[in-house]
Amino acid sequence: MVLQKVKGNPVALDGDRAVAEAMRQMNPDVVAAYPITPQTEIVMRFSEFVANGEVDTEFIPVESEHAAMSACIGASAAGGRVQTATAGAGLAFMWEVLWVASGTRLPIVMHLVNRSLSAPLNIHCDHSDSMGARDAGWIQLYDETVQEAYDNAIQALRIAEHPDVMLPTLHALDGFILGHGLERLELLPDDMVREFVGVYKPEHPLLDVDHPVTYGPMDLTDYFFEHKRQQAAAMEKALEIIPQIGEEYGTLTGRYYGLMEGYRLEDAEFATVALGSTAGTIKTVVDELRDQGVKAGLLKLRCFRPFPATILAKALGDKKAIAVLDRSLSFGSQCGPLFFEVVTALFTHSFNPKVVNYAYGLGGRDTVPEQIHQIYRDLIKIDSKELTGPPLRYLGLRE
Amino acid sequence: MALKTWKEIENKGGLITDAGNAEEYETGSWRSHRPIIDMDRCTHCMICWVYCPDSSIQVKEGKVTGIDLAHCKGCGICAHECPRKAISMVEEASAKEGVH
Repeated sequence: MVLQKVKGNPVALDGDRAVAEAMRQMNPDVVAAYPITPQTEIVMRFSEFVANGEVDTEFIPVESEHAAMSACIGASAAGGRVQTATAGAGLAFMWEVLWVASGTRLPIVMHLVNRSLSAPLNIHCDHSDSMGARDAGWIQLYDETVQEAYDNAIQALRIAEHPDVMLPTLHALDGFILGHGLERLELLPDDMVREFVGVYKPEHPLLDVDHPVTYGPMDLTDYFFEHKRQQAAAMEKALEIIPQIGEEYGTLTGRYYGLMEGYRLEDAEFATVALGSTAGTIKTVVDELRDQGVKAGLLKLRCFRPFPATILAKALGDKKAIAVLDRSLSFGSQCGPLFFEVVTALFTHSFNPKVVNYAYGLGGRDTVPEQIHQIYRDLIKIDSKELTGPPLRYLGLRE
Repeated sequence: MALKTWKEIENKGGLITDAGNAEEYETGSWRSHRPIIDMDRCTHCMICWVYCPDSSIQVKEGKVTGIDLAHCKGCGICAHECPRKAISMVEEASAKEGVH
């Protein structure tokens, strides 16, 4: 079937509202969510859609995020198409039940608006929340722009529900920067989104009383390990499925999605690796450096879980020096969580370029082009051995 | 029963699709105390049968006939609920030896 590329409807929306629009168009059966800054606008806007009868969704206004995720798990096991949204401490409060969602293989979709974790109290963006849920068995996509927040929100559903995947999926948009930042984007027509997401046919809905099943049984020493290995296999499978769905979405919209995006990376000598909105800032700097004759490039990682180690290693292996940007700290660790993944991928694929780590943007600290320029200046000095030191550096911090 | 490899497990997430399979899982070895029914006191009122959380009270033609020791965990609810005090909980070790 040849699909006609859709002429999108250009609008100006902030990330939260773009996500709420995507949710309206996907029309989930159940949304259980608790409002928390900077995600509040998603829940506020979506509850208006419910109140106005613009969606068929059963909206459950729960008393906490732990309850939100628990309600999502029940509704998903029952056979519904289920979504939620949260941020920062909200995700942390869901932590226990995140594992239940993934371990039970429920294709719940979460829209996460990244927020730092207290204390001290801070409502602004960093990736401490999603990195805290790094090992919880959820697929994690990161958005660079409001357009990507909208596009990833829709694709997340297809990824989660793919029969070979069946894993809960979250996409993360940087709090305030994308969540409250107004950008131009193109929305798909409602019927096109509904066609793309299709109708969810759960294999074993709990409400099918003629075919009774048990979800979440006791699973002891004899089978628990095998079930965890199944989960790991589903993540491996998702590495194949995510680009397939990104390709299908691209055929529809002209916006193609893979596991990562190389920006002027192929012939680059000096590369950065980043998640989220900072990739946009880096692209600007890469262009400026290229104009000055510096062979700079960017690897923007769209998919952090599962981690696309092989394609990443091949894309970075020949670089002279690489900087990995981490928007979170792993206290007491040598480096940030993204750095470890990148270095492990390089090492296990027999590449040994110089790699350094920059912790940046904690608590919403602005990351401006000059700081990115500094990183590339550092990389050039690291390559010529003028600059040495521990792998972890702090960007935009008053020393 | 041979244990399956992770590739042989058809269902995801530990889902159980065949209902009523608790019978396959024998929990009798968990028991530290065994219920012993004094049939002289038992009136077959079925209170123990109603309360037993493991469906381990054996009944035939409306009469209590014994305990399913392959599944009884020895929780003692039957003994507690019995209005005739016809059930006593005996330490498993001595019950096995028939000393009670």
